[in-house]
Amino acid sequence: MNVIETKNLTYTYGAGTPFSKTAIEDVNIAIKKGEFIGLIGHTGSGKSTLIQQLNGLLRPTSGTVLLNGKDIWEKKKEIRKVRFQVGMVFQYPEYQLFEDTVIKDIGFGPRNMGLSQDEVNQRVMQVVDFVGLDHALLEKSPFDLSGGEKRRAAIAGVIAMDPDVLVLDEPTAGLDPQGRDHLLSQIKAYHQQRQNTVILVSHSMEDIARVADRVLVMNESKVFLFDETAKVFFHAKELEQIGLRVPQVTKIMMKLHENGYPVDPAVFTLDQAVKEILPLVQRGAAND
Amino acid sequence: MIKDVTLGQYFPGKSIIHKLDPRVKVLLTLVNIVFIFIAGNFSSLGLMTVFTLVAMLLSGVPFTRYIRSIRGVLFIVLFTSILNLFYGGGTVLVKWGFIQITTGGIRNAIFIAVRIVVLILMSSILTYTTSPTQLTDALERLMKPLKIFRIKVHEIAMMMTIALRFVPTLLEETDKIMSAQKARGADLESGGIISRVKALIPVLIPLFVSSFRRAYDLAMAMECRCYNGGKGRTKMKVLHITAKDIITFLITVAVCVGVVLLNIFVVENFLI
Repeated sequence: MNVIETKNLTYTYGAGTPFSKTAIEDVNIAIKKGEFIGLIGHTGSGKSTLIQQLNGLLRPTSGTVLLNGKDIWEKKKEIRKVRFQVGMVFQYPEYQLFEDTVIKDIGFGPRNMGLSQDEVNQRVMQVVDFVGLDHALLEKSPFDLSGGEKRRAAIAGVIAMDPDVLVLDEPTAGLDPQGRDHLLSQIKAYHQQRQNTVILVSHSMEDIARVADRVLVMNESKVFLFDETAKVFFHAKELEQIGLRVPQVTKIMMKLHENGYPVDPAVFTLDQAVKEILPLVQRGAAND
Repeated sequence: MIKDVTLGQYFPGKSIIHKLDPRVKVLLTLVNIVFIFIAGNFSSLGLMTVFTLVAMLLSGVPFTRYIRSIRGVLFIVLFTSILNLFYGGGTVLVKWGFIQITTGGIRNAIFIAVRIVVLILMSSILTYTTSPTQLTDALERLMKPLKIFRIKVHEIAMMMTIALRFVPTLLEETDKIMSAQKARGADLESGGIISRVKALIPVLIPLFVSSFRRAYDLAMAMECRCYNGGKGRTKMKVLHITAKDIITFLITVAVCVGVVLLNIFVVENFLI
C-alpha cells in the first residue's frame, strides 16, 4: 500500500510572471507505508519544495499528490486534515515555539486537531519521553531552554499529532556530533516503534546511510535516483558528478574492492566496515 | 505568496534623472511640491504639469508605473475634488436644497484634482529613480544642520537603512513561520476577524523573538567592527554635485520663477 504517491508533480514559483521558476518537474514517486526514506540533493534541487507539496503547504502547478490513494486537493477545505496526517518538521524548528510553557507548545498541534484536554495531555506526555525531554522543563518557557532542548520540544510538537508520515527537513542541522547521533537514533527508534513512514531530508550522506531504507536523490528539479540505499551508493560516480558525496566509509571500501581485496563495496556505516575489514586483518595476521 | 509583495518603488535605470545627486533630487522635489501649491491659476499649474511630465519622460520609467501610483490615491483625489465641487462662486448651475454646484465649484474641483495628481507624480519620480539607500544617504546629509538641536541625524539615518535592509529578511521569515505553524494545523485563513487576529499570535511571537535575536546579533557584529555612531565616520560613496545637478537646479529655479510670474500676470476668466 502506497501511503504517498505523486503523479507528474510539477511546481512553478511565480507561474505566469517573468520571474517564474520551476522548482520541481514531473516527479513520480511512490512511498510504501512503514518505509524510511532519505531525501538528498543539492541546495536548490527542489527538496524543500517537494516536501511542502506532500502536506499541502504548496499546491501543485500540475500533477497530483495522493495520500493513502486519495488526491489531497480533492476537497480544498480539508487540507488541514492532510497536515495532521503528514507531520512536517521544518529546518530549525525551534524558531516556531511560541507558547508560554513547553507543555502548551507541544500540545498546539493536538489542540488544533480538536482533541480533548485529556487526550492532548496524554499525547504530550508520551512524546516528551520519546524525544527525551526532562519533565522538569515542561512548565518552563520554551525560550528558556537550551538549543538542543528547543529542537526536541519542537520535534515533539509535530510527533504529538501522531502523523502517518513524518517529514523532517534537516533535523540535525546546527547540532554538535553527539546531539546529531542522539537525535538520529531517536528518530530511528520512533520509526521502529510506531511503524509509520518517515522521510528524512539531509545534506549528509552519512546520516542518510545510517537510517534510510531507500534514498531519493533530487537534482535540478527532477528525481535523479530513487532506490534502496545500497544500490544508490553504487552510483558513486554519478552522485559525485551532481555534487553529492557517498559516505567516506563507502569510498574507502570501494577503493579496497577495486584494489582486489575481498570486501563488499556496498558498505556505508562504520560498524559494517569494521565487520568487513576485521576478518581480513586477522587472516593477514594468521598468514604471517 | 507573501514574498511577492513589492517593496519600495525603486525602478532601476540609467536615465539622467537616476544619475542626479540624491540630495539635489530630494531638495528639488520638495521645492517643486511647494510650487505646485503656490501655483494659483491654470496657467501656472499647467507649467508645473508640463515640467513634471518632461521629468517623467526623462526618467525612463514606464508610464504604466506612474499610473499605478496614482491609482493608489484615486479615492482621495475624487473625494477632495467632489467636496470642492460644492464651494466657490460664479454662476449657479444646479441647485438642490442648500447644495449648489457653480461654475467656480467645477473649476475648483478640476484644479484640485490636477494639483493632487501632479503632486503624486512629482514625488513618484523621486521614489522611482532613487534607491532607498541613496534616499537615506541624502536625508542624512540634508538633515545634518538639525544637529544643532541635538538631533542624532546619523543614528536616525542608520536606523532607516537597517530597517529597509531587514524588510525582505523578515518577510521571508514570516513566510517560514507561517508554513511551520500551518503544518501544525494552525488555521490562518478562515474565521472571523477576532479569530484571525488570534490565529496570528503563533506567527507574531516567534517573529518578535527572532527580530530581537537578529538585533542583538547585528549590534554585536557592528560593535565588533568598532562602530560607534557617526563620529569621524567617512562615506564609501561620497556624493558629488556635477554639472547635471547644477543645470537641473537652474531649470527648476526658472520654472519656479515662471510659476510666480504666471500667478501675478495672467488673469483667467473662464468658468468664473
